[in-house]
Amino acid sequence: MLFPVLLAGCGVNTIPTKQEKAKASWADVQSQYQRRADLVPNLVATVQGYAVQERTVLTQVTQARASATQVKVDASTVTDPAAFQRYQAAQNQLTGVLGRLLAISENYPDLKSNQNFLALQSQLEGTENRIAVARRDYNEAVRDYNTSLRTFPTIIWAKTAYSSATPMQLFQAAETSQAAPSVSFAPAPAANSAPAPRAPAQ
Amino acid sequence: MTARGRPVLAAVLSLLAGLLLWAAAAVAAPTFPSLTGRVVDDANILSPQTEAALTAKLEGLEAKTSRQLVIVTVPSLQGYEIEDYGYQLGRAWGIGEKGRDTGALMIVAPTERRVRIEVGYGLEGVLTDALSTVILQDRVLPRFRTGDFEGGVVGGADALIEQLSLPDDQAKARVAASAEPQRASNGSVPTVVLVLLGLWVLLGLFGTITGRPGHRMDLWMLPLLLLMMSGSGHGRGGRGGGFRGGGGSFGGGGASGGW
Repeated sequence: MLFPVLLAGCGVNTIPTKQEKAKASWADVQSQYQRRADLVPNLVATVQGYAVQERTVLTQVTQARASATQVKVDASTVTDPAAFQRYQAAQNQLTGVLGRLLAISENYPDLKSNQNFLALQSQLEGTENRIAVARRDYNEAVRDYNTSLRTFPTIIWAKTAYSSATPMQLFQAAETSQAAPSVSFAPAPAANSAPAPRAPAQ
Repeated sequence: MTARGRPVLAAVLSLLAGLLLWAAAAVAAPTFPSLTGRVVDDANILSPQTEAALTAKLEGLEAKTSRQLVIVTVPSLQGYEIEDYGYQLGRAWGIGEKGRDTGALMIVAPTERRVRIEVGYGLEGVLTDALSTVILQDRVLPRFRTGDFEGGVVGGADALIEQLSLPDDQAKARVAASAEPQRASNGSVPTVVLVLLGLWVLLGLFGTITGRPGHRMDLWMLPLLLLMMSGSGHGRGGRGGGFRGGGGSFGGGGASGGW
């Protein structure tokens, strides 16, 4: 009776608990990215109806979506730096071209006043925002988990009972903000709430 | 350094590193106004009458649907994007029922000229991003542009209340559930009680180990079990005005606008 309680008090459960939390946040990140991917075909179809001459951007968006959804994701993605990098790069690519698509749509008044487009645009903005939140929650959970693998007293368990537990990868905030300027050459800035983190509002 | 000293040093260093990381993670959050009621007018753009009328309507909404809607005006976003500020504010206040996350916020930042409807996880299906945008564009922003802050806030709040109290099957189930008394264990356990319980456990443990005769061995487990039970349903919220958040969470749903 005494033994399991003492063991729990020593933090033997800490690593699995934090790992599960990090995994749950990863699932959330994935589902938000999936939600965005699901919005893209509708968005492309709507924009196409009004701005068929913007074929280059539309094709780029479709291709970026295809490659983003083709990146294979399994349990090892979060612990494998290369695989994680691939996932992140593909999603960032889609973020970039979607921003360009929205920027271009500013040039088409008919499109801008289309109810369907407005709904899609707000959904996309909302989803980008959810992605930002989900990524931050994930980073928070992973930092917590990774710290527990390297700090006392949980490091004792990390080296013994959970020697297979490896640190998980973090999203790099810099990557997104580096991708963002690539849209800025477009004639008009994208709609107000593009998910540029931390830039003071005005 | 001797071979024996090295693991100790490593342990101390890793502990320090952990503390530093923890501190760094804790720093990156804005400071929020305190949750003084259902209408928190920190930017002072509402008259007392409007505030009282809105509070009554919002109380009615919660009584009817158990969904919490809070109107907040802030003098400054402290350099954060309103999207960034909004979900953290919702989480800090814990608006909405715990577990169900049925809370929403309407945030107005007159200085930055930004407004946002922040929607809790559980209401994302009822109050979609698209609908939030429509409410902002049709009911709020036109009035804000003419300087009519009260009209905009009231218009937005009315539209939100209307949407959130639409009859659906779930709403009925919620009314039945919310007829029960308010969740009891929202307050935190006083420190004195915790210290006493801790002493009890320690003494009990000591007694068990030294094996004094006649000692009731399992009694020291009792406070632990009690603590575990009281741990669930522990929500964070502000005090005052008899109103507090239920512990709901937010994930960035909703919409923003500027004027």
